Amino acid sequence: MAKIKVDGTEIEVRDDMTILQACEEAGREIPRFCYHDRLSIAGNCRMCLVDVEGSPKPVASCAMPVNEGMSIHTNTQKVKKAREGVMEFLLINHPLDCPVCDQGGECDLQDQTVAYGSGKSRFDLNKRSVEEKYMGPLIKTYMTRCIHCTRCIRFSEEVAGVEEIGAVNRGENMEITTYLEKSIDSEMSANVIDLCPVGALTSKPYQFEARPWELKKTETIDVMDAVGSNIRVDTYGWKVKRILPRLNEDINEEWISDKSRYACDGLLNQRLDTPYVRHDGNLNATDWNDALNECLSFMKNHKPDEIAFLVGDFIDLETSYLIKQLSESLNIKKIECRQEGVRLPYSDRSQYLFNSTINGIEESDCILIIGSNVREEAPIINTRIRKHLLNKNIPIGLIGEKFDLTFDYEHLGNDLNILKSISDGENNFCKILDKAKKPMIIIGQSVLSRDDSLNAYSLIEDIVHQYSFLDSSWNGVNTLQLSASRIGALDMGCYQSSRSLKDIYADAENGSLKLLFSFGADEIDYSKFQNTKIIYMGSHGDRGASNSDLILPSAAYTEKDAIYINTEGRLQYAYQASFPPSEAKTDWKIINQISEMLNLNWGFVTLDDVRKKIKNQYPDLFNQVSADRPYKRLLANKASKISFDNKEIGSMIKDFYLTDSISRLSKTMAECSQIRKELRNGKAI
Amino acid sequence: MTETFSFNAESLDKVKFELSKYPEDRKQSSVMSLLDIAQRQNGGWLSKSAIEHVASHLEMPYIKVYEIVTFYSMYYTTPVGKYFVQVCTTTPCWLKGSDEVVKACKEIISEKQNELSNDGLFSWMEVECLGACVNAPLVQINDDFYEDLNYENTKNVLQSFIDGNLSPIGSQIGRKGSRAEEYVKS
Repeated sequence: MAKIKVDGTEIEVRDDMTILQACEEAGREIPRFCYHDRLSIAGNCRMCLVDVEGSPKPVASCAMPVNEGMSIHTNTQKVKKAREGVMEFLLINHPLDCPVCDQGGECDLQDQTVAYGSGKSRFDLNKRSVEEKYMGPLIKTYMTRCIHCTRCIRFSEEVAGVEEIGAVNRGENMEITTYLEKSIDSEMSANVIDLCPVGALTSKPYQFEARPWELKKTETIDVMDAVGSNIRVDTYGWKVKRILPRLNEDINEEWISDKSRYACDGLLNQRLDTPYVRHDGNLNATDWNDALNECLSFMKNHKPDEIAFLVGDFIDLETSYLIKQLSESLNIKKIECRQEGVRLPYSDRSQYLFNSTINGIEESDCILIIGSNVREEAPIINTRIRKHLLNKNIPIGLIGEKFDLTFDYEHLGNDLNILKSISDGENNFCKILDKAKKPMIIIGQSVLSRDDSLNAYSLIEDIVHQYSFLDSSWNGVNTLQLSASRIGALDMGCYQSSRSLKDIYADAENGSLKLLFSFGADEIDYSKFQNTKIIYMGSHGDRGASNSDLILPSAAYTEKDAIYINTEGRLQYAYQASFPPSEAKTDWKIINQISEMLNLNWGFVTLDDVRKKIKNQYPDLFNQVSADRPYKRLLANKASKISFDNKEIGSMIKDFYLTDSISRLSKTMAECSQIRKELRNGKAI
Repeated sequence: MTETFSFNAESLDKVKFELSKYPEDRKQSSVMSLLDIAQRQNGGWLSKSAIEHVASHLEMPYIKVYEIVTFYSMYYTTPVGKYFVQVCTTTPCWLKGSDEVVKACKEIISEKQNELSNDGLFSWMEVECLGACVNAPLVQINDDFYEDLNYENTKNVLQSFIDGNLSPIGSQIGRKGSRAEEYVKS
């Protein structure tokens, strides 16, 4: 610890802090453009100048470490003058186009000009102008506004792990660009828009859409993957205009993936806004009374074992709970939420959670990934692994298809039999595992959804118990889920203990299944249900709706208050930002109404009633998550003599940008997907 | 147009020598030397494939190498003549008549800078101080300096490249080293 003085007040700070950090600690705000807490220090904007006693010149506080006994002044006339000087230089080449700039109203340069800018310019020569650069379908550039803070370069290099942005030429002619103006090939690319302190990089889909002060801001939770990133939804009237990340150190820090950010234009397309019933092969609009009566008659006409419930990817916890209640009341045993086709007979939460937690990644000293393209399945978790890898060079091994994960790892091979060799201690990676004190294993759905997943999982459990994956303070067994609803639905028991989706397919094909009630399940193969009546409850006209006989329109994730549990088991509240379109209703109300018509006497009037009931029944869900959650063994027997004929592990995600009903209907996501295909096929754009 | 570039045997020898100066995990330090080797092999300029070849050789992202290429003024990203004439026009040279040298270049090579002459033999450009002000004005043609120029002997020097009997490098008025001018006459 070092004792320093900031504006005369003594304060003790850590030795490794910079002056800027120390000043923040002391409650002083230092203006800055290039400095960012999560990026390396560049020290090139010079806006953070402070006066240090004994130093003849002002000091760039972001790049200068504190020293014992230092006395710092942040508000003297000298500091103010120095910053005004810097500001004047920055503004020399910055256009005066705030009225037409999308950054206007939330621009660092604008804000700081108010404090340090001069009212007039002394520069009467021509301003520099720079050609617009192409950076892909998400990032709109207006490079004349660039002040060369290099945050975007450092982000792409350090956080996103794709070194594609750079500064070409030098001095006055310096320009920020991607190599030959290619699109940035990253799932995290749009975060540079938030990082840009000026309007040089702005959001292309949001271009000229709205001003920040006219938007209603709702802090809520993202559902595009199982991570549960914290987001802010900005709405103008009914429309969701944009989605921004919200700080949560435990989950997404301050990043979100491009899908979380830009799939929101899918909320406007193909919405189910009124109930539909199929008559003579055509879906006809109807009203709720008709639709619900139809729904009841469907359900009453079939025996419980002829009905199956499928829970989709965006179903919130309360709805999952009610679906489970409904199935129990009606004695329906075929209820499944695992659209990937997982068969494991889960008996404890720890068997399907990301137990180490996302923060826990930074404690681990070795990671073994089995059959998961973490980069596409959970970009936020991939970013966290990369961050940890850059800080502490930990060994990472991957079994399964070889993916570009943006960091170096040891590819052990695409062969499930490697699990056997690790559990037998014959693999080279065993030596690394032997030494590791807090190793992590990340199990992807592509392993768990295999037909022989029981064998694979028993080997994994062997490995887990053989090395130090588990002790009293550490649980290194992680299942990476793919969808926001999954943990909640599993917790509510929306799965069959030793059957899977594939068995429901089989039932449908042999005719023993007569009615499918699909609660927003769009990732299943509807061609298997040719001879089955289908009721679909959901928000978008995607695969499910087009195949159904009855459509009950419900709310999308931005249109309801709901609880989502992320892959770590962290329970988070999402809030309503806009309203379901037209006749569509909130999911829980639809099911509640069905229950009332069936005279089930649940007695729920408000959403809070449902939540209270859940809290009474499952108090554990509301606990804080931590990496010391004990692991309960799923399969009792120790694995013996297992070998895999079909040894290769596939990948779960075929196209990162098009994974669910919302993103498939998003124009922006379609464009991203198209451009990525062309990039990967070597056709540069 | 698709052109491909890879180091030839001679260049590879030089590359090997450059790489030997740095530890294996720091081989990226040799990027500037490698770019120079590539530029020489490629006829004085760096094409897209040359930049990418150097980048892959050193396992560097393309953009990082491209940054270096555009940062330094001695790497060229457009084709230059076989004889690349760099005319110094900074103050001392200008005072001693570099405008005349430029005029000669315009007549013999091309009206505009950075443009190949009709026979493809030359291109020329104005550069900042070449650091031989004592013998101003001067030009640098490829690796050599031609000093003490005026309109006439610039033309002679350029003509000598066309004819193939090269003028001697250095002072064109017989000055030895950078001796004072009166010694030249005696």
